[in-house]
Order: sequence, then structure tokens, then C-alpha cells
Amino acid sequence: MEGSDIWEELKMKYTAFAAVSAVALSVAGMAQAEPQAEVLHWWTSGGEAKSVAVLQEEFAENGGTWTDMPVAGGGGDAAMTALRARVLAGNAPTAVQLKGPAIQEWYEEGVLADISSVAEAQGWADVLPASIANHMKCEGTWCAAPVNVHRVDWIWANAEVLEANGIEMPTTWEEFNAAAETLQAAGITPLAHGGQAWQDATVFETVVLGLGGPEFFQSALVDLDTEALTSDTMKAVFDQMRTLRGYVDDNFSGRDWNLATAMVMNGEAAFQIMGDWAKGEFLAAGKVPGEDFLCASTPGDGFLYNVDSFAMFEVDGDDKRAGQELLAELIVGQNFQKVFNLNKGSIPARTDVSLDEFDSCAVTSSEDMAASSESGSLLPSYAHGMALRGAQAGAITDVVTAHFNSDMSSDEAVQMLADAVANSM
Amino acid sequence: MAKWFESHLPKIVLAPSFIAVLIFVYGFIGWTAWVSLTRSRLLPKYEIEGFIQYERLFDSPRWDTAITNLYIFGGLYIGISMVLGLILAILLDQNIRTEGAIRTIYLYPMALSMIVTGTAWKWILNPGLGVQNMVQGWGFENFTFDWLVNPDRAIYAIILAAIWQSSGFVMALFLAGLRSVDTEIIRAAQVDGIPTWRVYTAIIIPSMAPIFLSAFIVLAHLAIKSFDLVIALTGGGPGYATDLPATYMYAMAFSRGDIGQAASSAMIMMLVVFAIIVPYLYSELRVTKHD
Repeated sequence: MEGSDIWEELKMKYTAFAAVSAVALSVAGMAQAEPQAEVLHWWTSGGEAKSVAVLQEEFAENGGTWTDMPVAGGGGDAAMTALRARVLAGNAPTAVQLKGPAIQEWYEEGVLADISSVAEAQGWADVLPASIANHMKCEGTWCAAPVNVHRVDWIWANAEVLEANGIEMPTTWEEFNAAAETLQAAGITPLAHGGQAWQDATVFETVVLGLGGPEFFQSALVDLDTEALTSDTMKAVFDQMRTLRGYVDDNFSGRDWNLATAMVMNGEAAFQIMGDWAKGEFLAAGKVPGEDFLCASTPGDGFLYNVDSFAMFEVDGDDKRAGQELLAELIVGQNFQKVFNLNKGSIPARTDVSLDEFDSCAVTSSEDMAASSESGSLLPSYAHGMALRGAQAGAITDVVTAHFNSDMSSDEAVQMLADAVANSM
Repeated sequence: MAKWFESHLPKIVLAPSFIAVLIFVYGFIGWTAWVSLTRSRLLPKYEIEGFIQYERLFDSPRWDTAITNLYIFGGLYIGISMVLGLILAILLDQNIRTEGAIRTIYLYPMALSMIVTGTAWKWILNPGLGVQNMVQGWGFENFTFDWLVNPDRAIYAIILAAIWQSSGFVMALFLAGLRSVDTEIIRAAQVDGIPTWRVYTAIIIPSMAPIFLSAFIVLAHLAIKSFDLVIALTGGGPGYATDLPATYMYAMAFSRGDIGQAASSAMIMMLVVFAIIVPYLYSELRVTKHD
């Protein structure tokens, strides 16, 4: 008696299941022509999630079906793990938030799609700065679409604190050091910094750019030239890092970057060296650029960019390929580039977007980007995974953070740097 | 039929888990060993290249730090937890009135996840928020307790938190051991007028040898796979001063896309575990044969 009940129940369940699957199949059949996109990204926090929602809406307005695949955690580590699993299973998402040499690394695994047709139809080559466009290409074909440009070499300051101590925004590292001494004497922490490896690396690369100049940056942190890595200039960079270590408070270990930004905001500290996502914190707290807080490029010439982009993966099916092309077109489209970047605090990757609604810092950033693109000093940020592959960038960061957090001498540091880079190849 | 079924039932019931263990434990150990001999980066590759990943591993100063930290952490954590656990157990064993309540209090940290322990201790040890700030606030201006931010001391901060978490558990183990010692022997010793400390050192503690072994094995594997505590407490910092092999392996596999390197470090970790477990298994199996 009991047994037959179970069979009845199972039969009912399966009938229901079959009916549901039939409906699902017919829906899928009807939707054949509709562009489909499954998008893997890790923009899940407030402003970022809002920015992705913009793209999602626009995609839906153009008749597409968007399948969101947000994977938060570990600054993208978790998303990369998910991606690896999907690719190994032969079922890659349509588009994935990837950046820098990681795009080419995945291309070498033979899993990226060619979207040159969209790029050529939309004339991407004419509107994107050449060095940024190069990141979007895999052996000559376009395989990714840029979303934004973050500038990394920013120095943020509390306007009131600087005024009270009679300090101008520094334009050389000597000026910065002099200003820091004054501030320290006045009992203010000169540099707000969070002791996390990537933040140490961020400061390090701005010092490399400032003391060595764009050419040195290129040969040391992009081409990994051993001579540059062990040069006297690099020793001077580590000396400056040691000096900077004296300008942070005792409590900096492990501090998140936004807490360091808060220190500048409430006048506890004077400066912070951080990419322009820090601006979002100031703006969210109702501070006005130029009045409450100041923004300037870190001492020295050049522009370090951190470009977020979506890499397009090889997918099966016309609907998915149509979705991929629509997505690529929308991402680089004028409207999305403007709205997204207003939300995120970065600047558009394409140079022909009107900047009327952007704040003064963003306008400066955009002008500097155009100027450095002309002069060849538009450089990829190593600390944010734009210049080097994971293993090499990680090896450098290990040395930088070990030096910053110990009493290692600059001579030792450059030797370790050269060894670590050689070992990571 | 029924008889056949009866005699084979244990095998049939065990077969799925046996197969699962075979594939998901030993199969993947084999896979990791294979990958550790290749030049795998983002995705695993299968062309064997020799011991290149192990050479890179032993050339890496960060791995040196991780292994040294494992020795410091493992040694002090296991040693101090056992000594402290034993002392607590002996003190609790003196027929005190509120034993149940005290036992629960000491055992409670074990109920917390390592992430919670790590976060709480991060605040306690933070020089600007925690103990240092509090004592300085009492007027001792020169008091410093900056283990967490001092690269040479940070590993000891982790040991401190780990001991806090585990010594209660070790105490419970030892307490059970103390209670299982034959009371007749203890009474006999007391009748002979042997002082209590001698009763402990000469009779009770030696008869608890198996408990020591269990406690050691439990603590040793906790030490080797320790990961979440480091992540929550220091994030491996300052710099990479508190890296352990497990955090090194994670960084290589998941942050840097260097799977070959991660696999080789995982193999070394496994060898360390083997170095501890194999003598234990050997002694256990030998005892069984004697029976």
C-alpha cells in the first residue's frame, strides 16, 4: 500500500517535471533569434552594481536577454575560480570581466572569441587611445571591450589641512617629503595608507614613475629589464619607499583603502596615494573637489591606467553570438561609457564622450590621458594587473611589501626584486 | 540469496564512499602530483617538465617564510596548547564546585569559527583600538603591544589567538583522560602517602599517553591546514610575514594563476603531513597486529 503511494507520487512529480521542461524547451525555441548574454563579473558593491545595472537595462532595451553571473569575493579571485571551472567544463560565459594581460593569457588557452567585426563597424580604433586599444586585441583581432579608465597615480589631499599648514600640492617627491616633515611636526599623519600588499604596490609604482620617469617605468615594470630593476634609480625608489614608511601612522597594517581615505576626509591625515576610486568615497561623503579635497597626479610625469574590460569568450549558438556582439557594441557605446563612469568615478575609455557632467578631477584625468597618449607616457599600472601577468606582478609585489614592512636595505631589495622576477618566469 | 546479500551487504554499502574517496582524495592527490611537474599557469597542462616548480618553490623567499612560520606556529601552538590544556584539566580535576560551568566557558572558544576568532583578535591586538590603546589610556604612555603590525612578532599574534581557540578543547580531552585513570591505583598511592604532584607525574600523566597522541594529531593537522585564522587576523601581512603554506598555495592558485607552483606547494604540505601521520599510523597498526 505504502509502496504504491510512493510510486504515485513519483509519477506525478515526473509528469509535472516533463510538462515544465516542455514549456521551457518551447520558450527556448521561440527565443532563438534573441540575443543572449551571460555575463560574469564581480561588480557587486553599491556604486559598481548600479553601474552594471545600466548596461543590463540597455541590453534589455535592445531586445537581449541578460543572465547575470555576479561572483563576489577576493577582488575577483572567486570569479576567476568560477571562470576556470566553466571553461574546463567547456561552457564558458559569453562575456567576462577581465583586464590587462589576463585577456591575452586566456586567449593563449584558445577560448576567446573574435569581435573584430563589431570593433571595425563601430570604429573603435579611432576613439580609443592606442595603448588602451592594444590591451583589447589578441594577435591583431579584437577580443575584449573596454569599459572605463581608472587613473592610478593620484594623490588626494585634505584642502583644509594643507591650507592650515601652508602647504601646496607637491609636484616633486622632494616637495612631498618636505611637506610631510611639516605635517609630522604639526602632529598630523602625512600619508594615509593601508598596509595591504596591493596598496604598497600602488604607492611603489607611482614612486617608480615619479623618480624614474615614463621610460624607466616601461623598462622596469613592463619589460622587466634586469638592468633597470637593479639600477641606482630603483634603489632611489626603495629609499623613497623607506622614507614614506616613516610618514604613515603606526596602525596602518591591514587597513582597507577606504578607511585610509576617511582619515584624509576627517583631517587625521593629509595625503593619500590611491586610484580615482577614492574619489567615490569623497563624493559619497558630500565633499566637493577643489574645496574640501584636492586631487592631483602624483609627483612626476605620466599617466598610469587601470582599464576594466569585458573579454568575449567563444560560445556556441547564434543567439549567444548575437548577444556577444550587441554587448560589445553597447559597452563601448557613448551612452554607457558616460553613465557607467559617472557612477563609478572613472573616465570613459573612448575619447569622444562629452565630459560636461563629470567633476573637475575627472576632466583633469581625461585631459592628462589625451596628453600622455600623445607623448607616449600613457602606461599600464602594474599594481592593478595591467602591465604584467599574475605570477610576475605577484613576485614584484612580494618584494615591495616585504621591503616596506621590514628594515630591508634598498640594495637587498633590488637584488631580491631581480631574483624574484627571474624566478617567476 | 538472502545469505549472499547478508554477507556482501557491508561491501555494497561501503562501495560508494570507497569509490568516492578513491577518486576525490587519492585520485586528486595523484592529479596534483602530476600538475606539480608541469608548467601549468592559468589552466592545468599535462606535459611533464620535471621538477621546475619545486626549484622555483625552494628559490622563493616567500615560501621560506611560509615554511619557517609553519615550524614556529606548529611548534608553539601544539606545545603551549597541550601544556595549558593539561594544567587547566588538572586544576579542574580537583573536585571544584562549579566545574561544569567553568568547563563550558573554557570549551566555548572551540565553538567559534576561526574567522570569528581572527576578527575578534584583530581588534583586540590592533594597537590603535585594542589592548595597547587601552593600557596607554590608563596612563602607561610607554606601553607597547604591537605584535600584529610588527613583521617579526605578527606570527606570535596568530599563535596567541590559535591557542586561545584550542586550549579549551585540549583541556576537555585531557579531562576525559584524567577521569579514565583507574581510581584504585590513585587511592592506593594516596594511602601510601605519596604527595599529589607525584601521583600526577608518576601515575596519571604516563597512563594518559594515548590521549597525548590524539591531542597531538588533532592539533598538528589543524596547524598544517591553518588558513582562515591567518586570513582573518593578518591577511598574511604585514608584507607576507605571516604567510603559511596554505595561504601561499591559495595565493598562487587563485590570485596569481600559477597552478603549477600551487600544486608543488600542496605536495610539500602533504609530505609534511605524512611525516607526522605515518609514524602514528605505523605505531597504531603495529599494536593491532599484536592483538
